Amino acid sequence: MSVVVFIEHEEGKVKKSGLEAVSFAKGLSKGDVVAVAIGANVSSDELAAVGKAGASKVLHVNDEKLNKGVIQAYSHVLAEAIKSVGAKHIVLAKSSLGDPVAARLAVKLDAALIANVSEVPADENDVKTSIFTGKAFANTKVTKENKIFAIKKNAATVLEDGSEAAVEEFSTELSDDLFVGKITGEDKAKGEILLPEADLVVSGGRGLKGPENWNLIEDLARALNAATGCSKPVSDMDWRPHHEHVGQTGVKVAPTLYIAVGISGAIQHLAGVNSSKVIVVINQDEEAPFFKAADYGIVGDAFEILPKLTEAVKAQLN
Amino acid sequence: MNILVCITHVPDTTSRISFTDNNTKFDTSGVQFIIGPYDDYALARAVELKEANGGEVTVLNVGPADTEPTIRKALAIGADKAIRVNAEPVDSFYVAQQIAAVIKNGNYDLILMGRESIDFNGGMVHGMVGELLNLPAFSPVMKLEIEGDTAKMSREIEGGKEFIEAKLPFIAGCQEPIAEWKIPNMRGIMSARKKPLEVIEPTDSVKNTEVSSYELPPAKGDVKMISKDNVEELVKLLKEEAKVL
Repeated sequence: MSVVVFIEHEEGKVKKSGLEAVSFAKGLSKGDVVAVAIGANVSSDELAAVGKAGASKVLHVNDEKLNKGVIQAYSHVLAEAIKSVGAKHIVLAKSSLGDPVAARLAVKLDAALIANVSEVPADENDVKTSIFTGKAFANTKVTKENKIFAIKKNAATVLEDGSEAAVEEFSTELSDDLFVGKITGEDKAKGEILLPEADLVVSGGRGLKGPENWNLIEDLARALNAATGCSKPVSDMDWRPHHEHVGQTGVKVAPTLYIAVGISGAIQHLAGVNSSKVIVVINQDEEAPFFKAADYGIVGDAFEILPKLTEAVKAQLN
Repeated sequence: MNILVCITHVPDTTSRISFTDNNTKFDTSGVQFIIGPYDDYALARAVELKEANGGEVTVLNVGPADTEPTIRKALAIGADKAIRVNAEPVDSFYVAQQIAAVIKNGNYDLILMGRESIDFNGGMVHGMVGELLNLPAFSPVMKLEIEGDTAKMSREIEGGKEFIEAKLPFIAGCQEPIAEWKIPNMRGIMSARKKPLEVIEPTDSVKNTEVSSYELPPAKGDVKMISKDNVEELVKLLKEEAKVL
């Protein structure tokens, strides 16, 4: 039985979360993995490379009208693609596009939707999911044959041993009422490492004392090839944009390394970082609660430590 | 303008999470329940829109009777009336069907809720309700302005935001900074007791998932402290011991 995977792309590149979803599907089923990519703004060569992660075929909906992520249109096209493949299992990565598409597909296809899947299940009817903002897990019994797995970052390791996938065009009719929510523009950082996707994150808090000092965070992030984040007070004070806010009501990250500088570690901030593999805390206050959640800690002045750390990273990583 | 605000009844964000009955039940002892923080943003924006444009705010919760203090709090914040669907909110699709049934029986121009509940974090109910009713659904919405029958929104996407225009009615999953949380005042609390809270029985709906057991993540080991005069040591440990660089 084939599994269909919805893969997203960004600036012409398939997102890592899409490759994780493909490899998750490969681990889930002995059948073929068919990836679906939507929009004309990605090349066939880029899509063929998805084969390495485990897809045997990529259906490309090569339509300029779908270059932007219009939720209802995407859901419709995907449902048609899934029906044409005859798949009962669908995998996609959680994101601002993946989530609403998954919700609509569940209704369209009469499928059970399993959200926040945290690992490849041994039994497809018994799935481990992350709940309480990463503070616990639920073992979820699924009672339906049709299933949609909305996976969290790191739910699967990206495979690299597959061969190129066959890329085929796929199209279906698009009525105007699929475009009723009109995207009139966007305001987006270009060429940045996206925080939810990042394997390395450097975050700053109030301890940085003002937005004018963010170059210290950015220098370290650049040396590490990391994304930058911040605490809620920092985004509330407009030192940094909201999409960098890590925490309970912001972005939940799951990097291999999270470095927190000048962040005390309120429980709401910890809720956004508790899926990180290794946490480093740098804080002037040795009593900062964040140290209890950390793997490595340094007590000291961020303004003194950050430039030294950036130099040490440059010296040891090159 | 008639606005429906769907709220969840969830443990406070500072709650210690634990389980009882051989890890099959959430341990509610000592846990304070609140309106979901994202739902609180939705409610605050709904009250602002009502104050600016007139109309009525109805708050909806799918839950058993012990959610009523949470519903009363929403009434104290400024909702005019409430509906409770008397059922356990165990599965996102089940809850979505209950909400869709209420919307079909009402006359709402706008349906707001939080981007996700903070217990199961699915973030799926708004999209499911949208599909069930063939309405657009947007989430997470950070800004919502309404002029006549048209809304202008900004929705957070990875690395930024996108701007959307849509005609009413639609569904929006809300998050900060769409509005400032409102704290109920004494007058609100007094009047909330008299506002109507209608209890209705659930419609016959399917459940697709069920939790069989819960687990907690493994405990974190001790923190290893490094001297501020030896940051090179940190990089070395991250490379050689933690193997994350």
